[in-house]
Amino acid sequence: MAAESHSPLEQFTIKRHFHLDMGSVDASFTNSSVSMVIVVILISALMIWGMSRRALVPGRLQSTAELAYEFIAGMVQENIGAKGKKYFPFIFSLFMFILFSNMLGMVPYQFTATSHIIVTFAMALFVFVGVTLIGLARHGLHFFSYFLPPGVPMWLAPLIVPIEVLSYLSRPISLSLRLFANMLAGHTMMKVFAGFVVALGFVAGWAPLLFVVALTGLEILIAFLQAYVFTILTCLYLSDAIHLEH
Amino acid sequence: MDLAAAKMIGAGIATLALAGVGIGLGNIFGSFLGAALRNPTAAPKLFGNLLLGFALTEAVALFALVIAFLILFT
Repeated sequence: MAAESHSPLEQFTIKRHFHLDMGSVDASFTNSSVSMVIVVILISALMIWGMSRRALVPGRLQSTAELAYEFIAGMVQENIGAKGKKYFPFIFSLFMFILFSNMLGMVPYQFTATSHIIVTFAMALFVFVGVTLIGLARHGLHFFSYFLPPGVPMWLAPLIVPIEVLSYLSRPISLSLRLFANMLAGHTMMKVFAGFVVALGFVAGWAPLLFVVALTGLEILIAFLQAYVFTILTCLYLSDAIHLEH
Repeated sequence: MDLAAAKMIGAGIATLALAGVGIGLGNIFGSFLGAALRNPTAAPKLFGNLLLGFALTEAVALFALVIAFLILFT
């Protein structure tokens, strides 16, 4: 048995590959950066290479690229309507980045960029601030009528409005925490059960091994599901800001 | 009481939140199954909302997990 016990949380440590100090900011190129670069290269390769032939009857790669496009286009159309068309590139980039980041973490020895709260919080904060600014730009100060739903009697307003504001402000937190916690919990569970496989050895190691196989399948599903949920919540928040209806 | 022992107890109590999440998830999938059996042709359109509801409820379970980790490891 191993003399040193490795914690299952060790897989999330950041390793600097290439040190770079810009004053007080540590801008080193880390394993997280490598993971994100690979994600961007994969997404670009899929979309650019897939659509390079432009056949009317698509081959496999073009079908995949078109499938991704139509999935997100349908989501934007259904949730936001025609006014959402100009936000489609952002929603598409968001979905593909989260999906590929999550999936890349399933490859052995790869680092999951979205398993750090700062990465998911950056994305969620961007979405939150962006959606609020879009709402303010489109409706001006009338945007704040969102916090008093129609049909609420006036004497109830001092209670309802702070609750609504609080739930609105909790959006970036819940959005980022959901994605981060799913990735963290999934990968930690996989490492814990993989540790069981090694500890039980040949005799009984096949039982946790079967569970790890099932867990890997579940994690691939969760990777896709979390990307979908992040994106559809972004679409819903955007639709709320644009249409100002509950 | 020892700090380490108190941390363990705190993390254990934090997992009680999973009871509510279990009930919520069962509720969501149960209503989906009931509705899908009554109206099978409308079921595929509802599937997206099912996944959304599942992920939102699961998020609460994971908030509890994060609290447990915070208690246990900091």
